[in-house]
Amino acid sequence: MSGLRLADGGGPVIPDFGHGTACLRDNHWFCTSWVHEHWGETLQPALLQHIYLTLLAVGIGFAISFVLAIIAFRFRFLGPPLGAVSDFLYCIPSIALFLLLVPVTGLTVTTLVIPLVAYTLFVIYPNILAGLRGVPPEVLESARGMGFTRRQTFWRVELPLAVPAIMAGLRVATVSTISIATIAAVVLYYGLGGPIFEAISQPDIFRTELVAAGGLTILLALTADTLLTLLQRALTPWNRQR
Amino acid sequence: MEQAAVVLASLFVDALQFIPDHAALLLQKAAETAELAFTALGIAILIALPIGLWLGHRHRGLLLALGASSIGRALPSIALIGIFIAWLGVGFWNNTVALVILGIPPILTNAYFAVEGVDSDVVEAARGMGLSERQILTGVELPLGLPLLLAGVRIAAVFVIATATIAGIAGGGGLGEIMSNLTVYNESGVLAAALCVAAMALATAFLLSLVQRAASRRMAPRA
Repeated sequence: MSGLRLADGGGPVIPDFGHGTACLRDNHWFCTSWVHEHWGETLQPALLQHIYLTLLAVGIGFAISFVLAIIAFRFRFLGPPLGAVSDFLYCIPSIALFLLLVPVTGLTVTTLVIPLVAYTLFVIYPNILAGLRGVPPEVLESARGMGFTRRQTFWRVELPLAVPAIMAGLRVATVSTISIATIAAVVLYYGLGGPIFEAISQPDIFRTELVAAGGLTILLALTADTLLTLLQRALTPWNRQR
Repeated sequence: MEQAAVVLASLFVDALQFIPDHAALLLQKAAETAELAFTALGIAILIALPIGLWLGHRHRGLLLALGASSIGRALPSIALIGIFIAWLGVGFWNNTVALVILGIPPILTNAYFAVEGVDSDVVEAARGMGLSERQILTGVELPLGLPLLLAGVRIAAVFVIATATIAGIAGGGGLGEIMSNLTVYNESGVLAAALCVAAMALATAFLLSLVQRAASRRMAPRA
């Protein structure tokens, strides 16, 4: 992978970092040369995989949440049981969920996506539902007064007014997914968790790789958060003062 | 297809078999993880709860509460625990410090919004009745905000248990040590450890939901 292997012989166990600069030999926190050399083969693919994993999980999670929220909105009695199921899933630590799925779906990206989707449901579903239910009754009354059908009321009144709550849920879900997706590497070398796990499973934690991959994860989360905030502003021009 | 189902079933049967066969080992490792997680959770509650409640009561520090929650979400726990271990070395208290840092944000944010979100008419009425600020906080705002507050503690608890497990992968002992050691413990051991972690987190969440229910029942007549 990145040329890490144990030194042979009986000496102290020091990772051999290939062409060892002084920085790498002393295991400094951030060796620019290593990041530069390994960007193309390690960090960039990991970053792209991480983005793909996040988009997949949040996309699927959003679609499922949307359908569930509409169902729970129409049939109120289904709200509590659906909420309880997503609550239950959220209480299982991600590391356990990833491992428990391996026998079922194998060492595949599917195994990584399912738990991530489950966690996004916990955040997105209640937010969509709360947004839809939060529309003031006066507004619904005037929509009815204007002769809107139920379907028109949903698409043209209730849904647009729920956008801020929906977007807030989407932001939280995206940022948490980016962070939780690093744990997925416990089952499969995929995404930014790959280099992170590789770094911490060295006898002496490989600091540069850990800091580089961890830093990229945080940067990705902040970037996604900013982009979604901008998207929310664009979608709700009537809500600028927030 | 049928064959795959058989293999799948046998893997889980093996894992379930592993639990009684290695009960002593699992109990010891689970106890290590639990000790680490609950020490950290306790300290995180002691730090975050008073700060969150007081800021919420004063309606101050919104940015701190919001910032804490977004930073808490964005930090990849496994990288953070790795950095702590690389920096301070493996050790019970070193790992505890990292877990406390990760456990604080959800508790602080939820405590803040639990108190901050209490109907201001209710608070004004209490103030008008001559209650002191302290009485308002503990007698009015705290009971009304309790469900949200305990939800924060629950999220922090699950998060801290999960991260305490990860500390094991980086050499901190506990159930994570079994999970990261496929060659020694096989699939059955890894799965059994995962089941133990899930059970521990679910049991904690369940206990907290019982506390929440009992508390809101007790508080109901006063609220």
